[in-house]
Order: sequence, then C-alpha cells, then structure tokens
Amino acid sequence: MLGRTLQEVSAALKQGQITPTELCQKCLSLIKKTKFLNAYITVSEEVALKQAEESEKRYKNGQSLGDLDGIPVAVKDNFSTSGIETTCASNMLKGYIPPYNATVVQKLLDQGALLMGKTNLDEFAMGSGSTDGIFGPVKNPWSYSKQYREKRKQNPHSKNEDSDWLITGGSSGGSAAAVSAFTCYAALGSDTGGSTRNPAAHCGLVGFKPSYGLVSRHGLIPLVNSMDVPGILTRCVDDAAIVLGALAGPDPKDSTTVHDPINKPFMLPSLADVSKLCIGIPKEYLIPELSSEVRSLWSKAADLFESEGAKVLEVSLPHTSYSIVCYHVLCTSEVASNMARFDGLQYGHRCDINVSTEAMYAATRREGFNDVVRGRILSGNFFLLKENYENYFVKAQKVRRLIANDFVNAFNSGVDVLLTPTTLSEAVPYLEFIKEDNRTRSAQDDIFTQAVNMAGLPAVSIPVALSNQGLPIGLQFIGRAFCDQQLLTVAKWFEKQVMHVLCKKGEKEKHYKRKKKSLVTSPSDITLRNNIEELHGQNTKKEIK
Amino acid sequence: MAAPMLRWVGRGRLWTFARVDGGSCHRREAPTGSTSNWIRGQSSVAQQPLCMTQKPRKGEHKWAAVVGLEIHAQISSNSKLFSGSQVRFSAPPNSLVSFFDASLPGTLPVLNRRCVEAAVMTGLALNCHINKKSLFDRKHYFYADLPAGYQITQQRLPIAVNGSLTYGVCAGKKQSQVIPKTVRIKQIQLEQDSGKSLHDDLRSQTLIDLNRAEGQLRVDANISVHHPGEPLGVRTEVKNLNSIRFLAKAIDYEIQRQINELENGGEILNETRSFHYQLGCTMSMRDKEGKQDYRFMPEPNLPPLVLYDATSLPAGADPQQVINIDQIRETLPELPSVTRERLVQQYGMLLEHSFTLLNEVGLLEFFQNVIKETRAEPKKVTSWVLNTFLGYLKQQNLAVSESPVTPSALAELLDLLDSRTISSAAAKQVFEELWKREGKTPGQIVSEKQLELMEDRGALEQLCHSMMEAHPQVVMDLKKGNPRAINKLIGLVRKATQSRADPAMIKEILEKKLSS
Repeated sequence: MLGRTLQEVSAALKQGQITPTELCQKCLSLIKKTKFLNAYITVSEEVALKQAEESEKRYKNGQSLGDLDGIPVAVKDNFSTSGIETTCASNMLKGYIPPYNATVVQKLLDQGALLMGKTNLDEFAMGSGSTDGIFGPVKNPWSYSKQYREKRKQNPHSKNEDSDWLITGGSSGGSAAAVSAFTCYAALGSDTGGSTRNPAAHCGLVGFKPSYGLVSRHGLIPLVNSMDVPGILTRCVDDAAIVLGALAGPDPKDSTTVHDPINKPFMLPSLADVSKLCIGIPKEYLIPELSSEVRSLWSKAADLFESEGAKVLEVSLPHTSYSIVCYHVLCTSEVASNMARFDGLQYGHRCDINVSTEAMYAATRREGFNDVVRGRILSGNFFLLKENYENYFVKAQKVRRLIANDFVNAFNSGVDVLLTPTTLSEAVPYLEFIKEDNRTRSAQDDIFTQAVNMAGLPAVSIPVALSNQGLPIGLQFIGRAFCDQQLLTVAKWFEKQVMHVLCKKGEKEKHYKRKKKSLVTSPSDITLRNNIEELHGQNTKKEIK
Repeated sequence: MAAPMLRWVGRGRLWTFARVDGGSCHRREAPTGSTSNWIRGQSSVAQQPLCMTQKPRKGEHKWAAVVGLEIHAQISSNSKLFSGSQVRFSAPPNSLVSFFDASLPGTLPVLNRRCVEAAVMTGLALNCHINKKSLFDRKHYFYADLPAGYQITQQRLPIAVNGSLTYGVCAGKKQSQVIPKTVRIKQIQLEQDSGKSLHDDLRSQTLIDLNRAEGQLRVDANISVHHPGEPLGVRTEVKNLNSIRFLAKAIDYEIQRQINELENGGEILNETRSFHYQLGCTMSMRDKEGKQDYRFMPEPNLPPLVLYDATSLPAGADPQQVINIDQIRETLPELPSVTRERLVQQYGMLLEHSFTLLNEVGLLEFFQNVIKETRAEPKKVTSWVLNTFLGYLKQQNLAVSESPVTPSALAELLDLLDSRTISSAAAKQVFEELWKREGKTPGQIVSEKQLELMEDRGALEQLCHSMMEAHPQVVMDLKKGNPRAINKLIGLVRKATQSRADPAMIKEILEKKLSS
C-alpha cells in the first residue's frame, strides 16, 4: 500500500481496503524507521492521527472530502503551520510556532489530508543539496537501493558504505526524500530556482512548479518573493494534478495570485496522440557540463516525441547564460530585504547581549543565520545601496525581462512545451557535493531550472530512467504561463511512453524491465537498511503481482 | 504599524494648508535624510523658488528662504493600509495588530481599497496628476518599531504628482487683507506607518505599540536660505513637527538660525534636526551612523496599482475590482477655494470672512442654515455668526456642534432685529439668554423680558423730560456748547427703557426738547 500512488491509495481508501488511521500508522512507522534519512524536522504524529480519526469518521459516514481525504502528506518546513514549529532549518526560527496556516497547508487540511510532518531543507531554502540546514543533511533514499549498492560494491574506490550516501538535491530535499521513501504520498516543496524540480529529479519523483500566481504564497516564508512558488512532489503526474487542483486559485491574502478562472479541477486527459504537438529543444541548454547519460536520455526523449508524430524544433533562449548571475543579484537583494524582519525582537532566536538595540540585532543575526544566509544578505544589501542600485539591481531586472522574453519568443514561434534536462547529472555522494561551496553548487545545479522562475512559467521534472549507477534521472518540461494543465497533460503522456517505448529502445533495457511503478515512483527494491528491508520486500511483492 | 498614511511632499512656504492636527510625541532618533531624494530631484524644477525675505538690516544682503514640507497625514479608514486590522483611536496598545502588522514570516500585504480612494480624492483636491499606474517600494532601516525591517511606501512612482494648492495669507495693517498664494505639491504617496516607540529612560526600556492609529499629522520641514539670484543653500531637515503652530515656529527659528550662522561666517550642515517644544529652538539630532541608505527596492508582493478612468475602464470590469478616477471625482465635495469664492460672490462678504467660515469645522453649515431661515441681510448674518456667535464659542472653547444656540434660534433672533421689533442691544441680550440653554425661543425671551422696542412716543417724551429734569448739570453742559453731553442723556434714557428704545428716536426727542 505504501508504494502506491496517491490516486491508487485514494481509491483504496474509498473502497475501504484500508482506513485512514491504518494508512497513517503505516506511514508513521516508516517515518520512524527511515529517521536516518533526516527527511523530517518535525513529525506531527498526534496531529496526523487525530486528522486520520476524523477522516475515518467521514469515510464511515460517506462524507469523504475528495481525493485527498485521509492521504498522508508532508510539508516543507518553510510553510507556516498553525501550532506546529516552523524552523526553515535555521537557528533563527528554532522554536517559532506560527499562529496561522499557510494558504496551501490550509487547503490541504480542508481537503482532509493528513499532515505527517515538516520536512528538512537548506536553511531558508538557500541551497541545492538540502545539506545546509541546522538539522543536518538529508540522505537520498536511493543511496540504499539494491542497484546502487551493488554498483558501489563493484567500484574498488568505494569507501565504507556509510559515507557513500547521496544528497537529495534541494532545497526541498526533505520533501523529496519523504515521498521517495514512501512515508507520504505527496509533499509540498517550494521552488525559487529549481528547489522542487531538482530534488524530484534526484529522488525519482515528479516535481512540479506551478505558474507564478496560480498558487498562493501566503504563509510560505519567502526566499525571493517574485520567484517563489509552492511546489508539488508526487510519484506520478496524475497525483501532481490532484494536488494542484486542491491548491490552485486566487487567494485574497496573496495579491500576486491571479483571478482569471482556470479549469478546475485539474483532470488530465490522456493524450491519444501528439501529432499536433510542438516540442522545443533549447539549444543553449546543451552545455559541456551536462553528463553524457543525461544528454543521451534528453535526445532519446526528443526522438520519442518525433517518432510519435510530434514536431520537434530546436529553439533558442539566447539570454540563458546570463540567468545565473542575474538570479544572484535579484535573489540576494530580496533575501537581504526579506531577512530584515529577523531581528530577535518579536519571535525566533534572540541573543543575550542587551547593551543596545543595535548590538542585540547584530549578535542575534550573527548567531541566527548560517554563513550562506549571511553571505546573501551582505551581497543583497550591497546591490541595493543607492550607488549600486542602477548598476546591479536595475540591470538584473532588465536581464530578467530579456530572459522572460526569450521564452515568450519561443512559445510565439509555435512551440507548445520545451523539453530540457532538469539537472546536470544524477545525484552525487555527499562527500563529493560538499567539496564545492554552496554558492558554486547552487549556480551549477540551478542552471536548467532557474530561468523558469524568472519568467514565472510552469515546469515539471519527470523521472525517465535510471543511470548506470542505478540512480534516477529526470527531464524537465516547461510550459506557457498558466498553461499548467497542458504542460501536465504532455508530461503525463510522456510518463506513460517512458514505460512502454523508451524502455524497449533504451540501451539500459535491463533497468526498465521492472514494473512501471518502480520507475516512476521510487526504488521499489530499495533496501533501506536491514530494519526495513522486510517491509519493502512485501511492498515489492504487492506491486509486482 | 501599518496605519495608512498619506504623504504629501510639497515645497515652498505652505504651512497654512495642513488641516488635521493631533499630537503624540513619538520616536525619533530615527533615521536621517529621508527626503534627500525628493528635495534634490525638485531643485532643478525650482525656477522661481517661493521666497520669504527677511527684513534686511542696513548694509546687508537680502536672504531668501526655501521651505519644503513632507506631510504625513493619516487616512480616515476603518482598517489599515495593508492589513485587515482595525484603525481605532486610543485602542489599548497592540490590540489591533494582525499577523501582517507584526511582520510574522510568510505574511503578505493586501492593499486597502478605501485608502487608495482617499489618496485619489486627495490628489484630485490638490490638483494633482493622478498616475494611472503607481508602484510600491520597500524602504529599509532597522528600528524596534519597524518589525519588518522595511516600510512599504511609494518612492519611485507615487499615486499622484504635480499638484498645487492656493491659499490665502493675511496681510495689511490689520491683517485684514488676504493675499492668495500657491504652493506646489510634488507628490502624494501611500505609505505604511511604523509602530510607536515609548522610551522609558528610567528603566532603559522601549515599549512598542504596533496599533499605530492615532489620527495624526506629522510634518518634516526642509529649510535652506540663500541670496536671491544665487544657488539654493544647504538644507536641514526638522523632523516630526506635530502641530501647525510648532511647525511655523520651527521654520521661523531655523531660517533665522541659518541666516545668523552664515552671517557669522559659519556653515550649514546637511543634517536632521529636532524641534524643542519648550525652548522653541531646533537642535541637531547627531545621528551616530551618519547618512542612512534606505536601500529602496520594489515591493514584490504588490502588483502595480492600476487606476482607470471612464475612457480606460475595461468593458465588463467588476466595479469591486477596479477604481475609477472619474467616479471619485464626482463624489468630491465642493472644495474650499470654490466655496470661498461662492460666499464672496453670493453674499458679498469679505474674502477673509470666507476663510474664517471655512476654517472652523461646522461653521459654514451653521451660517448657511441661518441664512436659509432668516429674512435678515447676509451681511448682518455674517457679522453675527463671525463676531457674536464665534466669539461666544471661542470664549468657552466650544466646537460649533456643541453650541447651545441653534441656527433656527439665531435666525429667529435676526428676524426680530430685522423687523425692528428689538434693538440690536436687546438682540445681544436675547443671545446671551439663548446661550444659557433654557430652551426658550427668542420670541419668548423678548416678551418675558419686555425687550420690544418702545413704540409709544408720548411715553418716551415723558421719560426724556423727567431725565432732563433729574440731570440739570448735563443739560447745562449741553447748553454751554458741549454737544457730546447729549450721549450721556441718551444712555440714561436707554437704560431706563432697558434698551428697548431706539437711540435715534431718543436723540431726536432730546434735541427737540433742548432747542425748544
């Protein structure tokens, strides 16, 4: 049951094959067993069980609230949750208990979802590895998959097993690990430069970033207000659509949400053919740093569309190369501004120094923020200085406009969706990841995902295959603004084809021989250490029946 | 915190036009140099600075002063500019604070429609150009009563620009002549107010109130002096003036201080100063940090504020979602300058009287109600309202709405006067009776006190005769050639009639008797 998709388990709940409480308890028990992944900062066991109890009553009375009723979900720890500690993985907010729910959290609860807990991240979502938070790094569940373990053993340079674990990507790594390890069926991430899509790709999940303005940011503790969107992590595209249907829509508390009616709920049609579809391949995304495996999968995916009758065009997004530096200026500037409220006066951490208000501010912020956050605050304040504003901030805004226009031009040329890699490569071991600093890593890792946030477009990462190492690789689809449904429809078609077509054609055939579920969701033959091996064995058996 | 504020930035000598007053002393070691942008931006436009020339002493150059005001006026609205929490005067501290007002992480500003309408209305009243699109900015500084670490304002593209206000300045020997002047308004911007700090020096604590709903006006004055024809001088900014009287005092003091400083070979520093209310002087605030950089940045959580007019209004737009400038223009009341002109035209009153009528809340309405109900001449009504009625109010420090005399009562009284039923002296007496709130009408008072003019000529002649007999000395004086002595007799007769007799008639009778 745990390895199923949200849609499947929702059907099981409706049919009474399992009760919300049973489901909740199974997930809670798995959360405990996978504690070493460090996916959760807070496990809201009591809340979840109480919600499950209420859900159970509704099911008994035939008053189910819909697809999400009784479904265990997890929420990244930068969404405000009423009565539940919300830390942003920072000393600054340790112990901070918000008095209100973020709109997206409230919407999930209103639909009957069970909140299992708050997931780990990089401090204030600043990072691409989920390694830079005060609660320590998140471990990628795929680190413990059979295939990966076997591959590692074959490698003579491989050191002891414990140090070989992989990062999840980030910054929503906790949410990705939580879904990937079957501890919940969907999780909220946030996506400012790729923070949902990147860990989705590394953890073998669907990671969806909606159009800016489609989903409320109220209650999401901001990184970059003009780029942040709540992201959705699930095991398949249909699941993402279900969650999006619950979350999308205008919010009076977020003036940047749009009022135009969008087809709700987000039911995705099954595309029969793609012959009317035009897929754009941005040539600037073919960069030397791209691993050969990802590159090859990318071109295979393009071939797949073409062979099924779609038009596949090379398009140009000429300002792509400026996106990283532009993002750096805009991101740090907004960070400098957004972080100004953390002064220790009203909430969160406060230092012991009280000689003056200024001294208290300085010491509080010194103690409360890590180097990455402080570094971005300093850079941002530099860019916003009167003498620098025109040269940096205004220029970066202009470049942002050019980057956004690149996409508009591509779509105006007749392209329906763009197909790109999500990440340069599969997930890397932690020890390798930390050789570079956070800034360098973020710059490298966000390369395919970040421009989308500048333009406010919807984008989704879809798992396509396992690498030689036995690790998942994702590809990204980018759609027109507010054409989220069209984007997901194409992604759903692709997801289906990946099982049937790419598998047969692919040279790594052996990896695709396994059942559909194992590919799109998570390592179903994952051996999450000995203590849960048994449980997963059962799951695998169930899935392969 | 987050109480909606309108900020007017004007320039020139203009301190007569701010209308709201109120006063709480609040924080200020706060940041400096807040207006450096606008005053600099403005200087190129200042072809003819409005000057106030000090009287030159012998052998000295003339000095001209340039004054620019930044006026913070609170919008009268039920809820705050960016949150749904209420605005209420004298509410318990921190009782009207939403999560947004407290700057809890993840909260977002939501613009209050009523505040936008008020800003547009103010812009229209001040002859501004209303920007169809305006933007919000963040202004950053660290201060305990600014919980977000920034204030949301409209620095780059405010809601209204380039306005003007015409006002009158009293001049002439008796200050009876009104000279019209015009002050330019640079911009009007919507701005979130900060919280209030209460410093407890004894315990070295600061208490913060984030309600920020105090019905107040706060003005920062930028002042410089220069010799006419030469470039403008270095300006200083006097911050947080919260009454019009102190504003005028502070400006006058600062102009004189700058002139003295320069004439004694000193120099003016571009600095922030505060006004000491007791000593009546300005003092440097000596900010430790030096010049503050507010690191302005666009507010990313508020889309551009777009306003429409009849021509740009999209078809089928939801009236709840759009603001129509033309519609607001229609709801504008008659503006004071128009009212004043109408009063002068319609009732032939002096311009300065029209100012007085408008400057006192409710007085114009009172006046108009009296006019409606009385047959008396408008000039008579003006005189009674502005002299007698307003005099009584001032003496007892009452507002028009608290007056014991209603417009109808005054109208009736003036009718009695107009029909020569009572003398004007008796009318004053009736008025005094009315003021006692005994619920009697002027007619009742007149008949009870027998204040009707004496129409019986025979009786009056009798009275004059006996008065002359009783005061032979006065009659002697008159006959000796002192014509003014007759006034004494007139007075005595009037007194005897309890002011009911017409003095003209008494005089005529007396003169006739004396010459016979």
